[in-house]
Amino acid sequence: MSIGLVDYGLGNLGSVTNMLKRVGADSHRVSEPEQVLASDKVLLPGIGAFDTGMTRLRDQGLFEPLREFAASGRPLLGICLGMQLLLDGSEEGVEPGLGLIPGTSVRFAEEPELRVPHMGWNVVTPTHDDPLVAGLEPDSRFYFVHSYKVVPTSDSDVLALTAYGAPFASMIRSGNVMGAQYHPEKSHAFGMRVLSNFASL
Amino acid sequence: MSVFPRVIPVLLVSDGYLVKPVKFQGDKYIGDPINAVRIFNEKQVDELVICDIDASVKGTGVNYTLIEEIAGEAFMPVAYGGGVASADEARRITGIGIEKVVLNTAAVVRPETVTEISDALGASSTVVSVDVKKRITSGWDTYIRRGSKKTGMTPVEAAQRAQQLGAGEILVSSIDRESTFTGYDLKLISEIAGAVAVPVVALGGASGYDDFAPALAAGASAVAAGSMFVLNGRHRAVLISYPTPAEIRALAGAS
Repeated sequence: MSIGLVDYGLGNLGSVTNMLKRVGADSHRVSEPEQVLASDKVLLPGIGAFDTGMTRLRDQGLFEPLREFAASGRPLLGICLGMQLLLDGSEEGVEPGLGLIPGTSVRFAEEPELRVPHMGWNVVTPTHDDPLVAGLEPDSRFYFVHSYKVVPTSDSDVLALTAYGAPFASMIRSGNVMGAQYHPEKSHAFGMRVLSNFASL
Repeated sequence: MSVFPRVIPVLLVSDGYLVKPVKFQGDKYIGDPINAVRIFNEKQVDELVICDIDASVKGTGVNYTLIEEIAGEAFMPVAYGGGVASADEARRITGIGIEKVVLNTAAVVRPETVTEISDALGASSTVVSVDVKKRITSGWDTYIRRGSKKTGMTPVEAAQRAQQLGAGEILVSSIDRESTFTGYDLKLISEIAGAVAVPVVALGGASGYDDFAPALAAGASAVAAGSMFVLNGRHRAVLISYPTPAEIRALAGAS
């Protein structure tokens, strides 16, 4: 069982690979449609702008294969921008998202005392039990860097909340499609726990 | 509640060794950088900055071997500085598993570099280090090439220009306080933090955890230090230390 890491030029694949190796999970890079479809699990990383991400996925012919993979019921995890791409779209751009979880991403409101991007360590609190967040200590800290936050249409798709101004969805899950806004690969033992949970789903 | 303030050790590397200069001069040998990264990883450090101090001065360029070794051991965000002069180099560095690049000399010699890297990697991966020395009269000058060449810009001008070019973070480094254990230059931090919207990281002069709160109150989003995390006591013996999560959490009220 090996996790396919989507390589579309926009993610910190080196860090993700290093951490998966540390938790004993096999991974390989996938950049072709058939490689995505042949994976047991897929991890979609990503940093940068929403439209750049969607355009690259489309240019590489990965838009439909990712949707087909998700429809097959196999686990798909998006992290950081990769999580935002799972939804219908984003205020940051005009491109449609993958449309796997209903909702969009919106920019953090300008508030005094609230610098944007939200950059640094913050607490992630699961809203309910789920194998992806199993074994997380209360007050687990994760590393965030983002200016947009996801707003799923249905509250039942929210898996964890984080406070930055108002609480926002820092993890989402709808069946086999899940997302984490933080960087698990850069969040010490806390991130290792989540990636290890994903690897054993 | 807002995000915890970040507390960031800064490691300086010269000829492949971890070193600790004083006021940008001389190199006290500290040890093996990879071993230090491992220890900081065990201590679950918030973030690390690693600078190769020879790279731009001696023209040795980016040390990719070192970066690969570090990335394999660092399960926290890492920023690398030293000899980065193009978006291609920055892309290669982040591809290995480093989150941010730190620019100093290139940001002044060829300012478009900042914009090109920011466009390629995003502003939050683009850090500009503003290296500052106090004038004998009043105010400050900023420097490049490891503090050896004056830029002609004040710290506020240099920081604002960096932000305008696309930097997502400003590392303010007080040259005349490095390894002096005399506390941060709070006036300098407050002037720069008041003049830019991006996060400001304070570096230079920290002697203990008590110095963090005043720097955060002065407007820094994060506090960085070199000596106090790797040296200990009157004889400055090598000892790696780092605050506990509870100690860092206690700082949240200060920012």
